[in-house]
Amino acid sequence: MSDWIDACATDDIDEEDLIRFDHGGRTFAIYRSPEDEFFCTDGLCTHEQVHLEDGLVMEHTIECPKHNGRFDYRTGEALRAPVCVNLATYEVKVEAGRVLIRI
Amino acid sequence: MARRDYSLTGPEAARAVERGLAAAEWYHSDVPRKEMKALMKREDQLAIRDTIILFGCMILFAGIGIALWPSWWSAPFWLAYGVLYGSAMDSRWHECGHGTAFRTDWMNNAVYQVASFCMIRNPVTWRWSHARHHTDTIVVGRDPEISVMRPPDFLRLVANFFGLFDTWNSLGRMLLNASGRLAPDEATYIPESEQPKVIRIARIWVAIYAATILLALVTWSILPLMVIGLPRLYGAWHHVMTGLLQHGGLAEDVTDHRLNCRTVYMNPVSRFIYWNMNYHVEHHMFPMIPYHRLPELHERIKDDLPEPSPSIPAAYAEMIPVLVRQLRYEDFFLRRDLPPTARPYREDLHDEVPGIPAAMPAE
Ligand code: FES
Repeated sequence: MSDWIDACATDDIDEEDLIRFDHGGRTFAIYRSPEDEFFCTDGLCTHEQVHLEDGLVMEHTIECPKHNGRFDYRTGEALRAPVCVNLATYEVKVEAGRVLIRI
Repeated sequence: MARRDYSLTGPEAARAVERGLAAAEWYHSDVPRKEMKALMKREDQLAIRDTIILFGCMILFAGIGIALWPSWWSAPFWLAYGVLYGSAMDSRWHECGHGTAFRTDWMNNAVYQVASFCMIRNPVTWRWSHARHHTDTIVVGRDPEISVMRPPDFLRLVANFFGLFDTWNSLGRMLLNASGRLAPDEATYIPESEQPKVIRIARIWVAIYAATILLALVTWSILPLMVIGLPRLYGAWHHVMTGLLQHGGLAEDVTDHRLNCRTVYMNPVSRFIYWNMNYHVEHHMFPMIPYHRLPELHERIKDDLPEPSPSIPAAYAEMIPVLVRQLRYEDFFLRRDLPPTARPYREDLHDEVPGIPAAMPAE
């Protein structure tokens, strides 16, 4: 059973944006949606392994900064070529102003 | 020095991978995330306005051309229609392929399909080829979109102002794809899962061209082909004129877009046709920025970039002597000075390229 990891404070992420979070040799992206919900995916795009941290969050999509591939960050679904492979997603919960992820 | 092999399946492809040039980290000017987010912001209005103007003008010019046909008075209207079909569609293909022109993605996709048809670029194949162009910009053996190879083939370059080689090549690929096959280089960058789509679209296009040719035969007139197909030839000159300036005469096998892309200040008509891709260093460094925000991005980072060419003629005056010299010295290229405010060029990989001096000045 994997543990909950304290990733960041809720205020560390602007609304409709993301930040990078590195842990245990892995890298993740943590998102704050326009509805103020938090989500977590793998940090690297499934197309060419570029980090999504410099990408653009629009509503519920993240656009990769390299070739503009898009994913739904809530489900990890690949939405726009050149990405074809879905992103892994992870459970998230918010407690006392902290964002926790289960990896 | 042996000639370089620009194919994606030859020895240069393996060498680029060995030397760490494939999918490398590239230089970026510093722009704080907050500013970058504002610049990346998408909207529909500007692209809708531009698209209405574009298609409105195409319908108008083609309509007048048809009405005046076969009088020579129709010629200026065909020339105007041709530039919008055979050149403006290149930039629409490009921007909508990136998905940055419109905020609403179905609009990007719809314009992308129409523009791909006009340019005879399979929309699936070229999405992947252009992704590779951004990953490995002007890396020999990796980039499928190098338009000026060394030594330059001037006959081919000039013929392409009338779309001759490009169109011939595109039609050949369309027929090959329609027969159910892919060219060997296409198979290197199109994932298998996408390959059936390439074939399906090629078959639809063959049907459209066959119907157009049939109509021309039945009416015994080239008029149908003046509307569909031929404008790819007689209207290509503008996109070739602007496109050659993107990378022509600049460095190969580097990981700093300031060394292999050129920004050129252009007149407003060319900028409309070209959808601001004259800010080419900026586009390659930050492909997330929509065309209508590129002038702002340029203002923001220009202190970190080489001086832009002040006009299209000035850019040609800079590029042509370099290309001429490359006929005899294939390793020659233009390395422009950076302003004192800029961070130095990223030349760590560049220094290792055999036969390509890092700092050879233009004559
Ligand atoms: S690396 Fe993300 S779309 Fe290509």
